[in-house]
Order: sequence, then structure tokens, then C-alpha cells
Amino acid sequence: MYAQMVKSTGHAVRALEDMEPQERAFQERINAGEKIEPKDWMPEGYRKTLVRQISQHAHSEIVGQLPEGNWITRAPTLERKAILLAKVQDEAGHGLYLYCAAETLGVSRDELYEQLHSGKAKYSSIFNYPTLNWADIGAVGWLVDGAAIMNQVPLQRTSFGPYSRAMIRICKEESFHQRQGYDIMMKMAFGSEAQKRMAQDALNRFWWPSLMMFGPSDKDSIHSAQSMAWKIKLNTNDELRQKFVDQTVPQAEYLGLTIPDENVKWNEERGHYDYTDPDWNEFFEVIKGNGPCNKERMDARVKAWEDGAWFREGLMAHAEKANTAEAAE
Amino acid sequence: MSDDTLNKALFEFLCRMGDNTLVLGHRVSEWCGHAPVLEEDIALANMSLDLIGQTQLWLGLAGELEGAGRSADDLAYLRDAFDFRNLLLVELPNGDFGKTLMRQFLFDGFQSLILTELTRSSNERVKEIALKVKKEVTYHLERSSDLVVRLGDGNEESHRRMQQALNELWPYVGEMFIDEPEDKLLSEAAIAPLPSSLKARWETLMRPYFAQAKLNVPDEGYAHKGGKHGTHSEHLGFILAEMQFLQRAYPGSTW
Amino acid sequence: MKNEWPLWEVFIRGQHGLAHRHVGSLHAPDAEVALKSARDVYTRRNEGLSIWVVKAEDITASSPSEKGPLFDPSQDKVYRHPTFFPMPEELKGL
Repeated sequence: MYAQMVKSTGHAVRALEDMEPQERAFQERINAGEKIEPKDWMPEGYRKTLVRQISQHAHSEIVGQLPEGNWITRAPTLERKAILLAKVQDEAGHGLYLYCAAETLGVSRDELYEQLHSGKAKYSSIFNYPTLNWADIGAVGWLVDGAAIMNQVPLQRTSFGPYSRAMIRICKEESFHQRQGYDIMMKMAFGSEAQKRMAQDALNRFWWPSLMMFGPSDKDSIHSAQSMAWKIKLNTNDELRQKFVDQTVPQAEYLGLTIPDENVKWNEERGHYDYTDPDWNEFFEVIKGNGPCNKERMDARVKAWEDGAWFREGLMAHAEKANTAEAAE
Repeated sequence: MSDDTLNKALFEFLCRMGDNTLVLGHRVSEWCGHAPVLEEDIALANMSLDLIGQTQLWLGLAGELEGAGRSADDLAYLRDAFDFRNLLLVELPNGDFGKTLMRQFLFDGFQSLILTELTRSSNERVKEIALKVKKEVTYHLERSSDLVVRLGDGNEESHRRMQQALNELWPYVGEMFIDEPEDKLLSEAAIAPLPSSLKARWETLMRPYFAQAKLNVPDEGYAHKGGKHGTHSEHLGFILAEMQFLQRAYPGSTW
Repeated sequence: MKNEWPLWEVFIRGQHGLAHRHVGSLHAPDAEVALKSARDVYTRRNEGLSIWVVKAEDITASSPSEKGPLFDPSQDKVYRHPTFFPMPEELKGL
């Protein structure tokens, strides 16, 4: 998802009776559905995994501004322009809430930025794909936000208090994003021939990357098992992916668009749609930095940060001067 | 004076108001995702959203008044540069963040004064829009003046950049206060003020901020002009090429 | 950038006459900027009528290790709740 490849401690989940009393008490609180707050005792692995996961999520929101922001100046009507701007603004807000949640774990936003800019920290692979026609803005809302919501709704119940509260706020705000995307898709799919073509083209390009958003199959992953025990991951990647496919296929049918996978069909026995797995080699290449837009995205973020240094320092200098002046009075 | 002449003058005036906010909103929105700090990204988006909203009001009324069935979108997306009536100031490229803030400040000062006058307009529709928009612009000015003061009186680097921004933008200030023939008609009808009448007030409003920001106000000097009657810089053509692309490439579509 | 803007906690009083509530945090060089940013970040959907910002480091918080001694003692004071006192059902106004 927005945090696709989060490594936890690398240990298999231990049974309660094998834990030290402190850790056992911690795990029992989680099992009982209690929230863990920043100052509570927590295993180092829990803290580290959370920092990684929350910051990956935050970075994804921030980088995620770029592919959509790309179309703000080209939006076809004043209303679409305003909607898109408000939506991208929300992404910035969500990034901000998440950075703040990560900061409660003792890491600063600047440190997290450094990790992003140096390539040490990852963000969702989806944002390394380009937005090439206006229907892409529809497809991003419909598919990308649709996939994101699937992960974020359960995360409102995550065990870490600040993360859970951030997710509650995010989910509340995010609810219009998917709808505005589908609304664009309807206008396009039911519009002129050219618009239909744009809509199908957008679906063709965003279908596979959207499936990849859930991350590779994690059936046997020890990272996932530990994260699930800690309730910082609440469903397996495959569960969510299947849910996404089941939800999306009828929506595509309604639009009269074709999912670019011949194997998509209803499986009566399983009660789910069958589908082809995306190309995981491509996924790993994108994660490694070889996606179509990795370089542009990172260059844009680094440039914004570096070009803005004088602004941040200038305001700080003014605040310090004012402080000193006040103290002298 | 016939109603028709007055109507035409008002149409021109409304296009000036709407084109200013449209083009400035466009420029401000270019920062989306590229601002120096997340909090600023969010604040700028709010400002840009206000400006787009104001555009819908001004151009909406312009289209209605014209009576040729043109909507705000038609006016925004289907006119060429020579029919745009915005100030040259708002179409200038963003430059660094300081220049963007300085441009905003210079414009906000003017905008807050003209809107104050428009809240007393004899035209009810104009008055109604002004009353709504005035609140937004009051906040914009509060924000932009605050940041200009802080950065002007920040550190050496931020001061240098703000002074440079002011120097570069100063020749575009004069255009705000030039009276066009339409302005005289509208002023006589108590619909809108003469821009020249706002100049002294603008100085009174802005000077204290410049002083606080420790910025030197350049001498009067030469003023670039032409935007208000459609002679623009080269920049506007590129803005429109980008903004109008979809409407031009796929005419008559529903979006 | 070692000169990071400090963290501020944001409290907002909403429309319904309730008390200010913690809604999140943000970074700002000083209180005034924090207040403006709070307006832009946390009241985008008409959430607020009043904003407080407090520097995060100025907040004194109770320690989790004291949770027991601080909060458990009130658990057995059930007589502080009206439901402790059963009243005859036919009576009104109690």
C-alpha cells in the first residue's frame, strides 16, 4: 500500500509465554485492543517498524502530490481545477499529519525528509508512474485512492494512538477523493469518443500499478506476521488486493471500460473475481528506482526542499530576533 | 451615456477583476507540491482556491451581464490573450518563493483597497461579490504582509531576496493605478473607484510594512503597462496554452 | 538543516459549543505563524471557530508509569455516578 515493503524486526512472532514480562504486558494490551501511546514502553522493533511504516506512508502522500499536481494548471474547467487543488492539498495535509505521528516516536520531520531525499526511505511505487491524459486524474482518484482507502480504513484501528488518530482524520477527509475520481471517469467514459479513449487508456496504464500498491504476496512473510500481531497491519496484502479487484471490476463494467486482464472473471466457487498477478519484476524495479518517473519525482522534492532552505531559515531568524528582543524588554 | 456603454465598461471591469484572480491563481497553484515547507504548500493551496473561487464570481457576472451566453468557464478557457484584461504583474513567472510572496503582497494591498470601495458599489451584484471576497482578501493580505515583514527582517539572505523581489516587481506596480476610459464611466456611476484614486491609500497602507520589513521602496520610475487593454507580456500566451489545452483540443466536451 | 522549526500542538473549538480539542500538530517558527498555519491546515472543512497553539515542549504530561496510581483510584468510587442510586421507576424528575 502506501507502505508496501515495511520490514519489521525480522524475528518470527513469539508466543506470549516466551516473552519477558514487560513485552508480554505490552502484547496483552494490544490484544485487548488498547492503544499504545508515545510515552508508553514499547519494544524497540515496534517503534522502528512504526517509524518506517508511518514515514513511508507520509512520503507517499508528499510525493503523491506531484503526479496529480501536474494537471492543476491544465484542468479543463474552473470547478475541476478547484476540486483537484483541494484534493492535492489534502494529500499535503495527510503527509503532515503522518509526519507528526511519526515524530511522536522520537524522529524529526527533517530527518525523515533526509531519508526520503537520500533514497534510503521508500514511498509507494504508484507515484513513479506518469499522469499522461486528463482521465488519469480520474483513474488516480478511482483506483489509487480506492486502493489506499482499503488499507487506511482498517488502519484507523491500529494499535499506535497517534497513527490511529491520524488515520481517522485522513479517512474522513479522503472520502471525497475516490468519488471525485469516479465522477471524472463517468464524464470521460460517457463522453465523446476521444474522452472514452482517454478513459480506457488511463485504466490500461493504472490497473497493474494499482494492484502492485498492495505489495507482493505476504502469505509467508515473517514481517507481516509480526506487524499483524502488533496490529500495525490488519490485513494481508492478498486479502486487500482481492477485495480491491472485487470492488473495482463492476465499477469498470458500469463505465463500459475493459480491465486490461483477460483472466478477470467471476469465480463462483471462491466467491471472488479471478485475476492475473501483476508483473512483480516491474514492481521491484520501480521500488529500486527504475520506474518511469522515480528520478523526476525525487528531483522535484529535493529541489523544493533545497530551494526553500533560505525561506525556512529566514523565518527562523526573524522569530529568534523577536524572541531576543522580547527577552531584553 | 447609454446603458449599453456602461454595460460594456462594466464587462471590461469585471474581466479585469476575474482575469487578475484567474491568472494569479494559476501562478500560485504552480507551487502545489513544490513549496519550501508543507505548511506553506497547504496555505498556498488555500489562497489559490480562493482566487479560483473569486474568478468564478467575477467572470460569471461578466458573462451574465454580456448576455451572449458565455459562462465563467467560456471566458476563462476560450478567449485568447488579447482579450485578457489582467495586470502584467500577476502573469509574471513565480521566480523564487520570495518573489511569489512579494507579488502576492503588492497585489493583495491593491485588491483590499479596491474591494473596500466595491463593497459600496451602486451595483448590487458587484457589491454582493465584493462583500464576500473582501474577507478572503483581508486574510491574504494579513498573511502576505506578515511573511514579507518576517523575511525582509529575517537574515541577510532572506532580506537580500526580498529586496531583489521588490526591485524586480516594482515597475509592475504602476499599472494598477492607471485609469482607463471605462474606469471614468464606472466611477461616475459610482460602480467602481478610479484606480488612480487608490494610489495614495495604497502607499499609506504599504509603506509601514516595507519599513517594518526594512526594505527600500524603489523610486517611482517607469511602469510597464498594457495588460488592462490586452497587450500582455509573452508569459500570458504560455499560461493560456497550458490552461486552455483541453478545452481547445476537445471543443464542446463535458468534463 | 539543523535549525528545524519547533513543533506546535493545535487545539480547536468547533461549532458546537464544546471545549477546545487537540486536533494535531504542525511546525512553525513562532506562535503567530503557527496560528496562521493551524488555520490553513486544520480548519479547511469549516471545523473551527477558535484556535489555540501551544509549543509542544511547553506541555507537561502525566507519565504512563503513573497511570495506575493516578487513575485507578477513581475506578471504585462508583457513587460518583448517578446510576449508583436506584430510584423507584414511577417517580419522575430524578
